[in-house]
Amino acid sequence: MSLTLSMFSYLVSSVCCIMALRGLSGPNTAKGGLYFGIGGMALAIVTTLVMPGMQSFPLILLGVALGGAIGAGIAIKIEMTALPQLVAAFHSLVGLAAVMIAGAAFGNPEAYRIGEPGSIHTGSLVEMSLGVAIGAITFTGSIIAFGKLQGIIPGKPVTFKGQHFVNACLGAALLALIILLCLAQSAIVFWAIVAVALLLGVLMIIPIGGADMPVIVSMLNSYSGWAAAGIGFTLQNNLLIIVGALVGASGAILSYIMCKGMNRSFFNVILGGFGGEAAGGTAAAVSEKPVKIGSADDAAFILKNAATVVIVPGYGMAVAQAQHALREMADQLKKHGVKVRYAIHPVAGRMPGHMNVLLAEANVPYDDVLELEDINRDFALTDVAFVIGANDITNPAAKKDPASPIYGMPILDVESAGTVLFVKRSLGSGYAGIDNELFFYDNTMMLLGDAKKMCEGIIKALEHA
Amino acid sequence: MSSEQLTNQATDIAKNAAVLAQQAADFTMQVHQYVAPAGAAAPFFVTGLTVFVLACFVGYYVVWRVTPALHSPLMAVTNAISSVIIVGALIAVGLSDNASSKAMGFLAVVLASVNIFGGFIVTRRMLQMFSKKKK
Repeated sequence: MSLTLSMFSYLVSSVCCIMALRGLSGPNTAKGGLYFGIGGMALAIVTTLVMPGMQSFPLILLGVALGGAIGAGIAIKIEMTALPQLVAAFHSLVGLAAVMIAGAAFGNPEAYRIGEPGSIHTGSLVEMSLGVAIGAITFTGSIIAFGKLQGIIPGKPVTFKGQHFVNACLGAALLALIILLCLAQSAIVFWAIVAVALLLGVLMIIPIGGADMPVIVSMLNSYSGWAAAGIGFTLQNNLLIIVGALVGASGAILSYIMCKGMNRSFFNVILGGFGGEAAGGTAAAVSEKPVKIGSADDAAFILKNAATVVIVPGYGMAVAQAQHALREMADQLKKHGVKVRYAIHPVAGRMPGHMNVLLAEANVPYDDVLELEDINRDFALTDVAFVIGANDITNPAAKKDPASPIYGMPILDVESAGTVLFVKRSLGSGYAGIDNELFFYDNTMMLLGDAKKMCEGIIKALEHA
Repeated sequence: MSSEQLTNQATDIAKNAAVLAQQAADFTMQVHQYVAPAGAAAPFFVTGLTVFVLACFVGYYVVWRVTPALHSPLMAVTNAISSVIIVGALIAVGLSDNASSKAMGFLAVVLASVNIFGGFIVTRRMLQMFSKKKK
């Protein structure tokens, strides 16, 4: 295939990738978009394989078959509740692949037409080292994020003295090494860049708490895109640059939306250490107040007699795998003539859109699920707000207490509903480590227990009624 | 007209011709200077950067139109398409003649394939959930 023709088919492939994202503007067009994405990817691979001089087809086939089998196996088996960690793990693979490709290009620049070993063009070296550094940060950063989401590494922020100073030093060292690489072109310097970036990836993510993971997962998504674009500049390939920029922009926008959902700046999240330290003296003081604790039967009675119910799911629902039981409960209520809707906070769960996927898995109708700005005004007209596994996103302190770490964060105004039913395992604080005064309100009833068991209990009580 | 005058005139004309030729040569040089950057000799970096910046804008507008309910599939699908770096890995395996580059390329092909297959399949599973109860 001539160079012009292959560049043309890369262009078609890029357009397919844009269409894949474009399709996601609505649930009806999303699937069509997905096929565009698959088609674009297939075209890119075929175009590359028919380039003049390509050899080692058995080896390539083996690699694709091996990787494809592993990837398909994981993707078919994975539980929908484990999605955030799966995505984090996949990001780490993109990062490592970018490092490997840059390494291969550095060792054999003739194959990529960017110079001879030892005399690679300076421009290519800069692009290559940026690509490899971002790739390496993505790799280890995603592994740490995966560990935290999977519970292998404690979700609490790990902080030590002088952390930011060490990170700044590593960043400066990275910059110095890139300049040195352009001057000296030695393999040692190249791999030193990789080593420093790997370390920086670990240190950047380790101080960030579990509740901030939606931002981190989106940020790493963005990084994997920038790494791909960096490799695209090295290989002088427009397809990689376009797709890298698309993915980079997508991740950046998602991080922005997540940060806005928590009313925190991006740097505030990145600098980390949030959560854990705020739970202190106040905890003992408030827990003296009386709390109304109800049973599944009480909850069933209240729910059945309501006209409108809004369900507010959170990460706890995902942990307890309660989405199916919750949907059954909602079906029972609908039989009793209750209007049931769901309210989704942008940062509920551990990745953007996490709750929407789980509710979709449980067959909750798409039109019953509403975003924060669409439903928040309706809480005042709602009889019962059913909070299940969510905490900080309903905390009125975000509106009332300027001293609270979450002050200014947009919350779901569940307290203005007639009754608030709060399903929770204990009266402890949420991930941000802040007490929720909502527990002690007169119109709040706590339903202590596992979210799934509680829903099943309510279903039973509703059936008997 | 004497033969001397004729010689002088001929010399003048020759001089003028030489000046004209010089000017023409200068002009050609200038034309080359202006034309060259727009032609094939342009450094890739500039073209690449143009494409990159425009693609960022396209990404920005396309992603803002994605409905929040589909943000999880968006992440999964962007993850899958970012594995288009497999193109670089294929070149490393297929065109390299040194063993270490080939080995690194092979590893990258495996990793990117995990991502392509895994990412697209997981996206498909998610989207199926969203579409099945659309009655």
